[in-house]
Amino acid sequence: MSTPKANGVEAQQQWPRADLSRVPYDVYHSQEVFNLERERIFEGATWSYLALEAELPEPGTFIVSSVGDIPVVVTRDEEGEIHAVVNRCKHRGAAVCRERRGKTDGLTCVYHQWRYDLKGKLTGVPFRRGIKGQGGMPKDFKLDEHNLDALKVSCYRGLIFGTFSDETPPLEEFLGKEMIALLDRVFHKPVKVLGYNKQVVPANWKLYAENTKDPYHASLLHLFHATFGLYRSTLKGGVTLDESGMHSAIFAKKGTDDESTLGSAFSSTRFQGLEAEDTRFKLEDPSILSGPVEFDDGISTLIMYLFPSLVVQQIGNTLATRKVIPHAPDKFELYWTYFGYADDDAELEQCRVKQANLIGPAGLISMEDGEATRLVQMTLQGTEGQHSVLEMGGRGPIETVDHLVSETSIRGMWENYCRFMGYEVSHDEK
Amino acid sequence: MTKNKVTAEQKLAIDDLVYESARRIDEDRLEEWTELFAEPCNYTITTRENYDQGLPVALMSCDSPGMLRDRVLSLRHANIFNIHLTRHVVGNVQVLEVSDGVFTVNSSYAVYQTDPEGASTLFSVGRCLDEVVEEGGEYKFRSRQVIADTWGVPILLATPI
Repeated sequence: MSTPKANGVEAQQQWPRADLSRVPYDVYHSQEVFNLERERIFEGATWSYLALEAELPEPGTFIVSSVGDIPVVVTRDEEGEIHAVVNRCKHRGAAVCRERRGKTDGLTCVYHQWRYDLKGKLTGVPFRRGIKGQGGMPKDFKLDEHNLDALKVSCYRGLIFGTFSDETPPLEEFLGKEMIALLDRVFHKPVKVLGYNKQVVPANWKLYAENTKDPYHASLLHLFHATFGLYRSTLKGGVTLDESGMHSAIFAKKGTDDESTLGSAFSSTRFQGLEAEDTRFKLEDPSILSGPVEFDDGISTLIMYLFPSLVVQQIGNTLATRKVIPHAPDKFELYWTYFGYADDDAELEQCRVKQANLIGPAGLISMEDGEATRLVQMTLQGTEGQHSVLEMGGRGPIETVDHLVSETSIRGMWENYCRFMGYEVSHDEK
Repeated sequence: MTKNKVTAEQKLAIDDLVYESARRIDEDRLEEWTELFAEPCNYTITTRENYDQGLPVALMSCDSPGMLRDRVLSLRHANIFNIHLTRHVVGNVQVLEVSDGVFTVNSSYAVYQTDPEGASTLFSVGRCLDEVVEEGGEYKFRSRQVIADTWGVPILLATPI
């Protein structure tokens, strides 16, 4: 399909296939598409995850974040209320906040010392009246016309979200009752941050979104995971969608398959000629996998993708948010925030820290995603008019499924992506 | 300066251990690299971002020789990662303290990666904070804490530092 212009001219061609089973490769590497995503998705009627309330423990604390690639500062004011403002001075555009986090009584631009309060309100401009009658701002200059650009903020269970658009539905409505129920589960009590990691991947951000909505790859790409039974395609599980289909949650229950189903779990070409037994490693020190069962629903793996750019995960006892930050058509950042619960004892915290070996940029069951998305991006030259194929699980209705051999939830994301971007989806079945 | 006197012989042996660790990784002899650790041992790669804030989560953490060998086994047989060569440049090896036969050693490193097309990039820069002990006439790491200044990991981190 041809790329639309950011000035509002719509796509001349339609998104192929009514069932959303084809994705034009253009959308992963076009600068125009990237710019339009900023305008229509990230600045559009969506809620972007900013930070955890636990990261702003007291009045005056702040932390930097972003909406898409737009830099944002999140603050907690003197009354304890949370605000989010664009980290860009209204004078000449310099970043007003240079530290990643901290405590302050206001934001001051170092360039000309324009000063804002924690709500982003401009409170002072040096030499406003000039010096000895010379210079100064015009008499009609009004401080309140130059406040930092503020986002609307909404919190749910300790997660802080922001939006630029007045048309964004209320946060709980945007997330949908299915995702709300799962957030209630993970964030059932106050959390505390255990650390951060960041990965910078030379790939389009949507390749990662597709990756985390795709249970099909998990037992085929992440072999460590598969081998130790934390997750296999034969495990009981499924993919839950919200009503719109833009958000998704993959879940799997440990220990729900048996030896008779292992053959099909290991049927990929990587294992041909190998007995299932041989493909399973023996850990010398299996303590990496041990930990208490914390949830009584049997779910050992839960990976939520909350469109446009947040992953919430529980894998065993590891809990984390992953913020997907698009930096360029061919570059995204994955920002991991690991957390536990505020009332964890030392033993449980140690268990989460040890299991963190499984996830993150060096994660034994997650490092492959950086490579897989990179491998797609590196082949995109000369793919005009070509597209990827999403048919696993069929081309039928986009809805919740009760198994793990499906790409349906990816089609759900693209349906909503087209809605936000203003792309018309073809009525053609083929 | 070292609080307790270290002999020239000891310092040479410690330098050699630090350089040997880098060389075995660069030559992809990871199984032999694990032999440079004492029993019990600790190996972690954390970031300065977490270290300075006292946050416990690391990029990689092994608190036993078995866990270290498991990590190498997984890299060999389970994990898929970007194909690369590794090159360490190690320096500023300094013994900070000697106490009860444990040498506390600090060194700086830069690790470059070279991809199959021959392009080399800086992958990580930082320091190692080690506890070195003598075990059966050999110097080994009782603990090695890699503290990476580069906390934005390019692509992913597979090979130990």
